[in-house]
Amino acid sequence: MSVLDTLIQGILLGGLYTLFAAGLALVFGIMRLVNLAHGDLIVMAAFLILYLVTGLGLNPFVAALIAMPVMFGIGWALQYFVLNRTLGPDILPPLLVTFGLSIVIQNGLLQGFSADSRRIPIGPLESASINLGPIAVGVMPLLTFASAVLVIVALNVIFYRTSLGRAFRATSDDKVTAGLMGIRPDNIFAIATGLALVVATIAALYLGARANFDPTIGPARLIYAFEAVIIGGLGSFWGTLVGGIIIGVAQTFGASINPEWQILAGHVAFLIVLLFRPRGLFPRAVD
Amino acid sequence: MALLETRSLTASYGDFQALFGVDVRLEEGQTVAIIGANGAGKTTLMRSISGVLRNALDQISFDGREIGGLSAPDVVALGVAMVPEGRKLFPSLTVEENLLIGRYGRAVEGFWSLETIYEMFPILKERRNNPGTALSGGQQQMVAIGRALMSNPRVLLCDELSLGLAPVVIKDIYAAFPKIKASGASIIIVEQDIGQALKVADQVYCMMEGRITLSGKPSEISREQIHAAYFGAHA
Ligand SMILES: Nc1ncnc2c1ncn2[C@@H]1O[C@H](COP(=O)(O)OP(=O)(O)O)[C@@H](O)[C@H]1O
Ligand SMILES: [Mg+2]
Repeated sequence: MSVLDTLIQGILLGGLYTLFAAGLALVFGIMRLVNLAHGDLIVMAAFLILYLVTGLGLNPFVAALIAMPVMFGIGWALQYFVLNRTLGPDILPPLLVTFGLSIVIQNGLLQGFSADSRRIPIGPLESASINLGPIAVGVMPLLTFASAVLVIVALNVIFYRTSLGRAFRATSDDKVTAGLMGIRPDNIFAIATGLALVVATIAALYLGARANFDPTIGPARLIYAFEAVIIGGLGSFWGTLVGGIIIGVAQTFGASINPEWQILAGHVAFLIVLLFRPRGLFPRAVD
Repeated sequence: MALLETRSLTASYGDFQALFGVDVRLEEGQTVAIIGANGAGKTTLMRSISGVLRNALDQISFDGREIGGLSAPDVVALGVAMVPEGRKLFPSLTVEENLLIGRYGRAVEGFWSLETIYEMFPILKERRNNPGTALSGGQQQMVAIGRALMSNPRVLLCDELSLGLAPVVIKDIYAAFPKIKASGASIIIVEQDIGQALKVADQVYCMMEGRITLSGKPSEISREQIHAAYFGAHA
């Protein structure tokens, strides 16, 4: 495998990590909430898509489209009825509650789907590839990366160009004054978590189509997502994309030297970036 | 019937009671001024009316409706907007975005729009893409007033507009009042600047330690009465 080839595979893998991370970045950026169940919610969305594909015989992309509003609803309700009650000056309650939620989701999925390893069947697309000059690139990794860029663009547009985005930023600045503008912070937070789970559903489609998954793999995805968000700098969506790419490239190069080094190389890259840029590459000016 | 009225309004922060039966009336088209020393409870009164603090439902009425227990978004939707003490612009929003968000919860057509606000405060149009918090104090106050007006409110609550501003700047800000009144809004201002308050108000209330100690038309009350109501009879 040439260096260029490895680099491109790494960048494309970074797209997947960006998709894991974008929802986390959105929720953290708006309400300073770290959702420890984010990885498990991605796995849950993967099982939902799998169920729609194998149970109802739907095309996986159609299944993901159907899963998106379902996951939005789950995210909205989770935030509105549970997580909003944990928000406050103390950062411990949301961590404890989402940690508990993570365990509940894992066990619920084990109960419902067993510990077997699964995969979302996507047919011939799985092995399809196209040639970019001398390098053959998988269609699925390419789609994953394109989706990640699209998600980042969409989140930026929502955040900086819409009335909802203004409400997100205003609520994040000052809940009480936001209320004086007619904004209902509880609802705004619920919409944010709903959106985060829509992105998680997109992540789930590519996660489940690319590799095997089972109910216990959520926490590991959470770690990659975390690292991408923190490398990027809290509060910058483009930073999250860069962070995802750095982890992806580091892992791919690590694996090309020795397959056992894949995961380790990602973590090392994370630590090196933090060593030189403790606040990440693109920290938000206002904090 | 008054447009807005508080009846024996009480309010507390935990165990600490800040208002002890406050009665204030605002007639349609009028400007009411609330004056009083620091800690008298003026801001608490504003927070109660605007819904930031919840009170007993029947302690505040607006346009014949009891609104004492409503939340801030519900009160804004009815047409009561506030310019909060300390301006409270959103740092993550530009000047124009700060104005636009003023109509998030009540987007009714009326006299006020981006155009009419830029007409009244031309400097804001020049600075519209700056972060709201990059402006001078007086300009920030203009944004805060514009933001509240964007909802075309029937009642505008202004808490200490002149706080921390130079006298010339205060004059500029208050120069906007005739226009605001002409747009049909009734106004309650909280002021420490008594001269300014007496100039614009149809009715003045003086507060001390959570109670109204004096009320009347500016022409009917004397400096001595105000002094006594401000600092207590034996000051
Ligand atoms: N958030 C708060 N928590 C506890 N006490 C408060 C709070 N805000 C104001 N107070 C108290 O309530 C009283 C009235 O304050 P306030 O309404 O801000 O007065 P004013 O606006 O007239 O200066 C003061 O004694 C003040 O210390
Ligand atoms: Mg005050």
